[in-house]
Amino acid sequence: MENIKTQDPKIIAFVCNWCTYTGADLAGTSRLKYQPNIRMIKLPCTGRIDPVFIIKAFEKGADGVLVSGCHPGDCHYNAGNFHARRRWMMFHKLLDYMGIDENRLHFSWVSASEGKKFVDVVNAFTNKVKTQGPFEKYAKINKEFVINE
Amino acid sequence: MKIGVFICHCGENIGRTVDCARVSKAAGFFPGVVHSVDYKYMCSDPGQNLIKQAIKDFKLDGVVVGSCSPHMHEKTFRKAVADAGVNPFLCEIANLREHVSWVHEDIDVATDKAIDLIRFAVEKVKRNTPLTTIKVPVTKRTLVIGGGISGIQAALDVANAGYEVVLVEKEPSIGGHMSQLSETFPTLDCSQCILTPRMVEVYQHPKIKLLTYSEVEKVEGFIGNFKVTIRKKARYVDDTKCTGCGDCMQKCPIKKKALSEFDEQLTTRSAIYVPFPQAVPNIPVIDTSVCTYFKTGKCSMCKKVCGRDAIFFEQEDQMLTEEIGAIIMATGYKLYTIDKKPEDSEIKGYGEYGYGKYKDVIDGLQFERIASASGPTSGEFMRPSDGKTPKKIVFIQCVGSRDESKGFSYCSKICCMYTAKHAMLYKHKVHDGEAYVFYMDIRSGGKMYEEFVRRAIEEDGVKYIRGRVSRIYEEDGKYIVKGEDTLAGVPITIDADMVVLATAMVAQPDASKLAQTVGIPYDKYGYFVEVHPKLRPVESSSGGIFLAGACHSPRDIPDSVAMASAAAAKAMVLFGSDMLEREPTIALVNENLCAGCFYCKKVCAYNAIEIKQIKDKQGNLIKEVAFVNSGLCQGCGTCNATCPSKSIELIGYTDEQIYAEISALM
Repeated sequence: MENIKTQDPKIIAFVCNWCTYTGADLAGTSRLKYQPNIRMIKLPCTGRIDPVFIIKAFEKGADGVLVSGCHPGDCHYNAGNFHARRRWMMFHKLLDYMGIDENRLHFSWVSASEGKKFVDVVNAFTNKVKTQGPFEKYAKINKEFVINE
Repeated sequence: MKIGVFICHCGENIGRTVDCARVSKAAGFFPGVVHSVDYKYMCSDPGQNLIKQAIKDFKLDGVVVGSCSPHMHEKTFRKAVADAGVNPFLCEIANLREHVSWVHEDIDVATDKAIDLIRFAVEKVKRNTPLTTIKVPVTKRTLVIGGGISGIQAALDVANAGYEVVLVEKEPSIGGHMSQLSETFPTLDCSQCILTPRMVEVYQHPKIKLLTYSEVEKVEGFIGNFKVTIRKKARYVDDTKCTGCGDCMQKCPIKKKALSEFDEQLTTRSAIYVPFPQAVPNIPVIDTSVCTYFKTGKCSMCKKVCGRDAIFFEQEDQMLTEEIGAIIMATGYKLYTIDKKPEDSEIKGYGEYGYGKYKDVIDGLQFERIASASGPTSGEFMRPSDGKTPKKIVFIQCVGSRDESKGFSYCSKICCMYTAKHAMLYKHKVHDGEAYVFYMDIRSGGKMYEEFVRRAIEEDGVKYIRGRVSRIYEEDGKYIVKGEDTLAGVPITIDADMVVLATAMVAQPDASKLAQTVGIPYDKYGYFVEVHPKLRPVESSSGGIFLAGACHSPRDIPDSVAMASAAAAKAMVLFGSDMLEREPTIALVNENLCAGCFYCKKVCAYNAIEIKQIKDKQGNLIKEVAFVNSGLCQGCGTCNATCPSKSIELIGYTDEQIYAEISALM
């Protein structure tokens, strides 16, 4: 439980291996500091991100979800990030329907050379999620209606 | 599954901000973990032996290493695990250095985060499956993009090792910027004299296919197996017939309308032209933007005078495809230039220097042309405006470089040296002339470089003034340079005859577009990005694509040549074996679930999805399902996210694995 004290809000990031993960590596190599709430899940490409991942993250207690990959046109796999962008365009319209505030989800492009941008994105998003407070709706539903697996 | 967790202190790098002992202790309680230790240097021999021994002692069949980024040592640890008899893909890395210890300061917070990341990795590795690498054949041919000194060096090195090379250059001739230079620092040997033999060697090499006036249009495939489409632009001259006699150029009535690219717009050229007399190949091209035939259809003088009947107005762009194994990027740089028309000028912030407005305020490459024996003045120092010998020249360094507000924050690296060279060359020819250099700092790192600058100051009497110039204006045929000597703390005014601006080196304007075509990362300036700044400086993050010369960052000739040879060596390493090993993390279809909608086929960027027919024993078609061609699949996982029935999965990143990671957040 001590986890929750220091690491609130909880933010899950789905990032691609080639751009944002490497950009985050660069932030580290450059010893740039950022807020510690983020937990990154590395995927080969943002094209791999199924919108269900995002819902699952909220269900499992995330207060914010960050999605980040290569800039348009720079995808290591040619077009994966375009598919991600298209899914995002549809998905973010459904957020409201699902009872998730749009401010809890952020989509950004961070390239492998943008260590500083990564830091800025993480800090800005962490602050934004902080002002939203904890996301409890799904946890409540889980508690009330779902028998824990 | 029996999982072992190994936490690396990385000396102090992780240990200073992450309490490794606490992480290892916490990990010991995770379900499935039977062994958990921390150690000073896990990547060292004793560290690796620790993992191997633990695998034997505890009969581990899964390993999690909490260490630096997987981009650093994933291979090391996977190999260690494989040596101990466990499948290498049952080893996962948690990034405790780049993503934790180096970016957070509070020990408690960093340690908590480290524990979380280990938990993620443990949950993931539980669901990993043993995999074997995929073997694919290698095409032992290299594509070199760019025919400057870097491209030439890389092409010659690879070709001399016995492998075929395709060298693509977008200009009509190879040679690049080096062919424009007068002399080279610090030895003052003649640039063209040392370059042109190399150019000819490329042209005559039996292993090199030279495609000038050509551009790369499309790159498909992957390391060892690229398919490259190249546009060979129409020269309107049949290169099989042309002998390079030059009659067409002499008779071409258009002489004044086109500015010479080679002479940096100081002279004009004909509509049909070769960029410079030593051009390779010595075959002209027609500039259709000025040619009368292409504008009005009236003139065809070149066709009339050509004894070989080589002029071919109907020629069209040709598309060529080449099978390639490795690509070397050598597209070079351009100077941060100021156009003839001020509104086209890139330098918006240096209006005070009057570039573009005053004819005698020129840039470094223009000065090279004036100083060059092959230049418009045959190497005599004359002002572009009136042809008089300048008696006072002011050189201004760092125009655009090291200037975040107006230009670029980086140092262009070569300007200190070439400015010293310029001033020296001038003093050697105009003995009573005065040369002033305004500088910020002198950066002359390199063999015999500092000595060269000292020679310019002490032997040739070039006057160095530390300070910036605030303004230049014309008065009675002189250029009044107002600056400050910051060492003496006094304002300075010089009535110069000519001013030379050492403008910044910038990436080619289409570099980022080319990077997108080829599929490599680039930085905010348009320079291509290497995989690792220290240990893999000539490799891009895309396998089989290497970087050479100033397309990577500003660099001089020796550095570019060294980098080109390094890139060539990297390509040859690739050709050392007939088969390549590739990551087996590719998509796999569950044929029982697949409904044959083929959405996956639509989104696949590599055409890796094929249609497989399932038949019964009698040969009747039961259904059609997707099938992944493992040679083509690159493992992006877009199909996985698209599949409505989740019957295609990316091995190594399955839904189950990712859900397990997400759930580990709690």
